[in-house]
Amino acid sequence: MWEALQLEFVRNALMAGVLVSVVCGVIGTLVVVNRIVFLAGGIAHAAYGGIGLAFFMGWPYAVGTTGVSILSAGVMAAVTLKARHRVDAMVGVIWAVGMAIGVVLLDLTPGYNVDLMSYLFGSILAVPVSDLWQMAAIGIAVIAIVTYYYNDFLAMSYDDEFARLRNVPVTFLYCLLLGMVALTVVMIIRVVGLILVIALLTIPPFIAEKFTGSLRAMMVLSSILSCLFTITGLWLSYLFNLTSGATIILVAAAGFFTSALWDYLKPRRSADQSAGTVNPA
Amino acid sequence: MPEPIIQMRDVWFSFNGQPVLQEVNLHVPRGDFLVVIGPNGGGKTTLLKLMLGLLYPTRGTVAVFGEPPHRVSHRIGYVPQNVHINKDFPVSVLDVVLMGRLRTGRGWSRHTRQDRVAAQQALEQMQLWGCRDRRIGKLSGGQLQRVFIARALVSGPEVLFLDEAMASIDAQGRGEFYDILKELNRTVTIVAASHDMMILSRQVKSVACVNRELHHHDSGEITQEMLDEAYHCPVDLVAHGIPHRVLGLHADKKEDE
Repeated sequence: MWEALQLEFVRNALMAGVLVSVVCGVIGTLVVVNRIVFLAGGIAHAAYGGIGLAFFMGWPYAVGTTGVSILSAGVMAAVTLKARHRVDAMVGVIWAVGMAIGVVLLDLTPGYNVDLMSYLFGSILAVPVSDLWQMAAIGIAVIAIVTYYYNDFLAMSYDDEFARLRNVPVTFLYCLLLGMVALTVVMIIRVVGLILVIALLTIPPFIAEKFTGSLRAMMVLSSILSCLFTITGLWLSYLFNLTSGATIILVAAAGFFTSALWDYLKPRRSADQSAGTVNPA
Repeated sequence: MPEPIIQMRDVWFSFNGQPVLQEVNLHVPRGDFLVVIGPNGGGKTTLLKLMLGLLYPTRGTVAVFGEPPHRVSHRIGYVPQNVHINKDFPVSVLDVVLMGRLRTGRGWSRHTRQDRVAAQQALEQMQLWGCRDRRIGKLSGGQLQRVFIARALVSGPEVLFLDEAMASIDAQGRGEFYDILKELNRTVTIVAASHDMMILSRQVKSVACVNRELHHHDSGEITQEMLDEAYHCPVDLVAHGIPHRVLGLHADKKEDE
């Protein structure tokens, strides 16, 4: 393990994992409590169109993915505000069309020889230092925004109608949230790839929700869990020479099932207690 | 004549081309305790949301304190119909009540000491201060209802809207709940929607029946006869499927007091 840390790419990978985890914990929490997991998935997959576009036009990868992610997030926000009941269908369309555009654009790109798998399943071991700075910037921006609007985000997520009545700028915050989701997704694609984005965005908050009493605590615990999963996954992938993104997700999944099992066993205990004391039947 | 709190003039509302409310005229004076009754789907919630400024009328005007409702939302308290939303949400009772103290989105949204004092008072009034740190999902239906009332009261509203407030309170808790409303009504105008006629208790000062159209009964007292008639209202309406008058002779017999 220690000799691995001597390698720069391993240190970068760990740094990237921690940065992504912190942002994932914060944004993933808001995604889960606002029930927009599917939207986040749509944005992630549509980002593939951005990868295709970037290669086709000869732009840097980040420009294409960020642009397309923000664009698809904007379309989804507009649909949500205009016709909420049509959102899932629309997300499905954007999801598929984005990927299709990506594939076709890569077909049309002359001399294309990019490692496609690295975008689908992540390439955390190939994160350059410049990307780390980008991630740190996004991370600081996200944390600053969420801290600034914390109570408003809390009110919106819990009861948007009441929030509106209290003059919370719900529409603005919702668009802001989708924008941050788009940036986060671009960041996570680096680590676990676009196919596995939803897992890293949702599993830690989903576990954390059960053990925390406030949105803030849920964000912190999600970030910690996410760190734990990412670092453990990286270490296992290094030990057994496995694809890092998939290994990280499997570690998270193991954590998820452990917590689900714990949750399944816990209510039975309390149910037994109440059956003994209250329920005569 | 008491100052009007709510004025609705010739209000129509359609949703997806379907008329939900038509030709609604309503006048709620300060200090009123108005109960809006009517069958499910008759437009009670829509009526309330129009008064709250959460919906805008297709035609006609709604004024609260003489202004469009969304401009005076800081003077309005609202207890929504469904208090069981997001029961798994990681939020404490106190934090839910503090949401009622949020001020117009001026960024940096921190709660002040006054906010916490107000939240404590509201929770004490609802006898829930002891549960302040409990997670919202751990409360019973009746407690939850009181949390939402506390959230509505914490901003010191002059008018309180309750949508199906009795829905999650068991028979036992109701008497207690009426006492709370009675006490509140000393200072706060109350508008409560209910499909459950039991809310027509002695505290109620006027009744409106809404089923696409609205029939307002302006009366300082409610007789057993009116109660009986009102109680039959949704049954009849469902049976006939047409709007009709429920409260007998109120149409042109104004101000019988």
